[in-house]
Amino acid sequence: MRALVVDDSRAMRRIVGGVLASSGFEVLQAGDGREALDVLETQPEPPQLACVDWNMPVMDGLTFITRVRRRSEWRGITLMMVTTESEQERIVRALAAGAHEYLTKPFEADDLRQKLAFLGLLPDVPVEA
Amino acid sequence: MSLGAREFDFVRDLVRTESAIVLDAGKEYLVESRLLPLARAAGHPDVTSYVAEVALRRQPRSRTAVVEALTTNETSWFRDNDPFTALRTTVLPALAETRTRRSIRIWCAACSTGQEPYSVAMTVLDSPLLAGFDVTIVATDLSEEVLAKGRRGEYSQLEVNRGLPASLLVRHFTREGLSWRISPQLRSRVDFKQLNLLRPYTSLGRFDIVFMRNVLIYFDQATKQDILRRVRQVTAPDGYLFLGAAEMTRGLDDKWEREPAGRSALYRVREEDRSCVPW
Repeated sequence: MRALVVDDSRAMRRIVGGVLASSGFEVLQAGDGREALDVLETQPEPPQLACVDWNMPVMDGLTFITRVRRRSEWRGITLMMVTTESEQERIVRALAAGAHEYLTKPFEADDLRQKLAFLGLLPDVPVEA
Repeated sequence: MSLGAREFDFVRDLVRTESAIVLDAGKEYLVESRLLPLARAAGHPDVTSYVAEVALRRQPRSRTAVVEALTTNETSWFRDNDPFTALRTTVLPALAETRTRRSIRIWCAACSTGQEPYSVAMTVLDSPLLAGFDVTIVATDLSEEVLAKGRRGEYSQLEVNRGLPASLLVRHFTREGLSWRISPQLRSRVDFKQLNLLRPYTSLGRFDIVFMRNVLIYFDQATKQDILRRVRQVTAPDGYLFLGAAEMTRGLDDKWEREPAGRSALYRVREEDRSCVPW
């Protein structure tokens, strides 16, 4: 499986990408929404997952999600907002725009894996042995 | 055997050095309860002898395991997913068909801070087959401290990050300052009660479903047998028992039978043993 990580912070891309890679994903990266759309355009097959930050220069995550949802050939991409924004109204807006999930930073690796498991993108992850 | 002072000091120093988390005096019970599964898995009769070995052998892996056991939250929403899928797709539809009195009682034993009973309550609320049913969820734990948190129904951002789907978060919770508060509708579904599993449960009434997950691991063989026998006595003859993924009834109480349900499993009283239980 492949995942696209969209975040203007290189450190966050490394953290999110690291969890995804350790869960078996091949990871693509982009630094903002515009660049992420360009990455998607060049892929022969869209990735199964995109983890998207909200606040980014050039194009923010909400706009990116809205654009992806408009394209029928990208309908199969599961979209997860991964952001420091934790207000209820923001979460409602992201889900209304077409995000499937929403994860608030900071988070632990297991929190992300649990979200993926819930979305059917991972085998379930027991929280403790 | 309770945790020795020297062993507690070792664990406290190790955790403080490795994670900056301070275990105050009086947290011996926490150390014992979190480390007991590790001790049992390593073949030790109790936590004291396990910690003594970890201290002696200086193996980084065991030390990391000790620190993680004491610093990781041990509860989450929809923990392990599969049991809740089995609840939604197998158990609740079966009960919706057979419970003609339109009443279902569920017991979450060792409910901790409420994530499990509230996850059950969300599953019940979202089940159209149960519209019009009177569903009672009794949540018990030994600790009044965790029950108080469950009753408050208030969770931090980090806590709601653990396994709670965003759609359910915005539907069933309201943001209050930095916390999230559970809706009055869900809150009213769960009745929190203090209970020591070593004491009688008959006052709780009878249940159609019992969640007793990751509880038996803390007890010795004889106590596990006693608990499973007494759970059977408060479970409807055609009721359902959920255990943790690493737990089973085999060799402890063979009147329970394992029944696969999707990627999960549940336990039911064997057909031939059902008639002797009045219900």
